[in-house]
Amino acid sequence: MDSIHSADKARARRAALVMGILGLLILVVFIISMNSGEIKLGPLQVIKTLFGFGDARQSLVLFEFRLPRIVIAILIGACFAVSGCIMQGITRNALADPGILGINAGAGLAVVLYVSFFPVKTAASPFLMPFLAFIGAALTALLIYLLAYKRHQGLSPTRMLLVGIGVAAGISAAMIVLTILLDPNQFQFVQVWLAGTIWGTTWKFVLALLPWFIVLIPFAFSKAKVMNILTLGEQTATGLGAPVERQRLLLLAAAVGLAASSVAVGGGIGFVGLVAPHLARRLVGPQYQYALPASALVGGLLVIVADTIGRTISSPSEIATGIVVAVIGAPYFLYLLARAR
Amino acid sequence: MAIQVDKSSSRPPIKSRPVAASLILMMGIAGLLLGIAASISFGAADIHLATVWEAVFRFNPDLTQHQIIRELRMPRAAAATLVGAGFAVSGAIMQGMTRNPLADSGLLGINSGAAFVIVICFAFMKGLSFTALMLFSFGGAALGAGLVFGISSLSRGGLSPVRLALAGAAVSALLSALGEGISIHFRIGQDLAFFYAGGVAGVKWEHVKLILPWVFGALAVAMALSRSITLLSLGEEIATGLGQRTGVVKIIGMVVVFVLAGASVALVGSIGFVGLIIPHLTRFLVGVDYRWIIPCSAVLGGLLMLLADLAGRLVHPPYETPVGALIAVIGVPFFLYLARQQRREM
Repeated sequence: MDSIHSADKARARRAALVMGILGLLILVVFIISMNSGEIKLGPLQVIKTLFGFGDARQSLVLFEFRLPRIVIAILIGACFAVSGCIMQGITRNALADPGILGINAGAGLAVVLYVSFFPVKTAASPFLMPFLAFIGAALTALLIYLLAYKRHQGLSPTRMLLVGIGVAAGISAAMIVLTILLDPNQFQFVQVWLAGTIWGTTWKFVLALLPWFIVLIPFAFSKAKVMNILTLGEQTATGLGAPVERQRLLLLAAAVGLAASSVAVGGGIGFVGLVAPHLARRLVGPQYQYALPASALVGGLLVIVADTIGRTISSPSEIATGIVVAVIGAPYFLYLLARAR
Repeated sequence: MAIQVDKSSSRPPIKSRPVAASLILMMGIAGLLLGIAASISFGAADIHLATVWEAVFRFNPDLTQHQIIRELRMPRAAAATLVGAGFAVSGAIMQGMTRNPLADSGLLGINSGAAFVIVICFAFMKGLSFTALMLFSFGGAALGAGLVFGISSLSRGGLSPVRLALAGAAVSALLSALGEGISIHFRIGQDLAFFYAGGVAGVKWEHVKLILPWVFGALAVAMALSRSITLLSLGEEIATGLGQRTGVVKIIGMVVVFVLAGASVALVGSIGFVGLIIPHLTRFLVGVDYRWIIPCSAVLGGLLMLLADLAGRLVHPPYETPVGALIAVIGVPFFLYLARQQRREM
């Protein structure tokens, strides 16, 4: 009993250490990212300006252009990562990710439909878009579930992935057909958005994303114990007295909500939800009370790094964050696939 | 022997329907001719069929309509037919040789490999001739296939159709992301867009002429190989037992696949699902003999692509809907249906 306790403690200490280091790394990349762009400011200047001692031009660049974008990058990274972590847990599928499963595509279709009927940046739209994205994503999740479910075999993880890939392909084809009907202005917006560019770069979009983040992330963290049990398998979980179906549905809704709200402001960025939870589990172990927050941190770090690379590598043109993340994430998916049983 | 009988009785009886196949071939070719005529005469400017006839046989360079027909419409119709046949036959060969119902050059990363190498050529080797580009494209097709098959075979579960499809999706995502990044970094997006110019729509005669011998040559080799592919489709052991040198057949078959897919991608860009749908449809119609499946797939694939291109022009004129998107709209439900049928898991 005592040794179990001390092992628990050691694990908690290790997790705290890892998360501290991750937090520090995010801070470092944050300052580097604040520092990079067309207008160069030294690190000292950045810190000075952050604390309110910069001149007007510097604070304009930092507070109105760079800061919101960086905050959004961290937030959506965390959201995608936690979403992927939940999906991998409840489907017991190591390759699950909202992007690969087609959930992002469904959210995207809802956004594109909305954009094609209304002008892009009307006052209310940033706050409405996450809800629309959520509806699109939830319907897609339902569709994938129905298509992948077979009566006598239940839900096989690989069939679900395959169906997800198919549905994502179908939705993006439908979107291409749809975008032809748009006027050039809207068309360009959709093009940029589909590639996974963080386009909502004003504080309004931060505010639109924040409620989802504030409600759903703590909710997911509070369900860590339930997820630990769910991971043991359906029968064991039922045996331990967990209302499996209800919990799973709640968690799935949370995962879909996290992915959808991120898609609404950040575009179709895939693979974060795949890579971040795996790295997190490597660092802090499989227990969800550690793995979930660590995933959030790794996800935030991943997207802010990708966004910084995308912004600077061929400045002044910009490589979409989604592209950079895919270049990192797709090989990792292949690695996991090759290792899978 | 007894085991073999058992095996064959558990699958649908091995039947070939030569009469149906000949009918399909004849009707398909008639359909192709009609489709080509329609494809030439419909468009932003409708042109009367009589004018089309004149443009072909009594060409007058002073007439705008004749110019449109010669320079825009004819290469487009020819390209659609060739590319459709190319993708369909490459799918048929892969499905037959690997016994993988989900085989398609788009799904297995072959198209994206070819497209990726073309981006590389544009970025690092400006001013390559189209022939060189096409040869690189063959190499790219092989690269994509090599990655997908290599990674899938690393895993202990082996090459299951599902695993191949997943690896194909990830390799495609990786290669297209890399390609997009490179095209932004080297600012060649516009060159590339100009090169592809909307898939089938912007095809030039010179390119079609350069592709033509390769596609026909590959189709001829595929026909010569068709008997061996039929045997392979019954299973590797059976083919070996009947004296097939399966290794040689597979290598030649894959080269044919790379040429067909690579040439098609070099001409119009990556279009998926043709190679998935058409061979299944053909097998359903004419049975399991690849001596019939291959020519029928070629004809039906060409027909599908022609019709999709035509439909793409009619959906929302004067804008054109990309052929690939229209075919995906049909192809995805079919893919989902096949994915549900998969009993073998990872």
